[in-house]
Amino acid sequence: MEKLTLEPKNKTPKLSFDPANGKMEVSGVSSAENSLEFYKPILSWIEEYKNSPQPETVVDINYKYFNTSSAKCILDMLERFVQLKSAGTNLTVNWYYEKDDEEMYDAGLNFSDILETSFNLIEIE
Amino acid sequence: MLNFLEIHKQMRMNSIALFFKGCVTFELIDSIIMIVSSRLEQLENNLGVRKRVYGVLTECLQNLCNNIESSEESKEMTELNYDLHSAVIMVDSNDEGYFIKTGNFVSNSKIEDLKKSIEGINLLSKEELREKYNKILSNKIFSEKGGAGLGLIDIAKKSGKKLEYDFETVDNKFSFFSFQITISKNG
Repeated sequence: MEKLTLEPKNKTPKLSFDPANGKMEVSGVSSAENSLEFYKPILSWIEEYKNSPQPETVVDINYKYFNTSSAKCILDMLERFVQLKSAGTNLTVNWYYEKDDEEMYDAGLNFSDILETSFNLIEIE
Repeated sequence: MLNFLEIHKQMRMNSIALFFKGCVTFELIDSIIMIVSSRLEQLENNLGVRKRVYGVLTECLQNLCNNIESSEESKEMTELNYDLHSAVIMVDSNDEGYFIKTGNFVSNSKIEDLKKSIEGINLLSKEELREKYNKILSNKIFSEKGGAGLGLIDIAKKSGKKLEYDFETVDNKFSFFSFQITISKNG
């Protein structure tokens, strides 16, 4: 399985999903008006990874901002990651937020509530 | 004769200022968001406030663009010589906060729904807004364009103030919709 790497653009985040070590990283901005296009291949990638995941999968999410069009896609993406647990991987989700960014902290908490999975909410300077 | 020096001074006093009237496209609003956010970087020290203004502006302008583009009356409006894709966008600030204002034509038949959703959101507390946001998000009912009313709720959540609006009747078919969002500087 190929590593998935996307360079950051104005309205889409940086992304690096490595099937060899189970490290998944998303960071930056997600504010495209039609986010589904961007996230669709990402969701498929996770589906494929689910077939033979690493024993440990660590997901690092570090959004600076995302719009409501992305919110649903991000939830879908996180849900796919949570489903990996049933495929036999030990899942850790780290949700990063900048100090004073109450909104982003709340967003992490909300997603974690909806998915009934605990996230590590990590403040960064 | 118009005194541009006066206007320049006034705009400087308002510390952040942007006024646009014309055709609204996604490319255009991207530029507006970029201009405002780089100005915010210089003027606003509070990261939380900066992010809220950025978020509200993005959501509000993408909403505006979606609404204008999806308007079924586009042909009729063009025929009647209404400037359909045209809107006004204004961003300014004072000591208390930032103000994002938009104005565009809407069909009279859409007014009631729009009023209802804004009034409904204005009745909700911060906690209720959060609950409603989560409910819509996890319900997975989403329109093609991603919305399902999540945009307005997100705007209200970030603003923390009541949404202000006004409809001015143009004729028996169309009205002009003015919308204003306030973001306080002190959180």
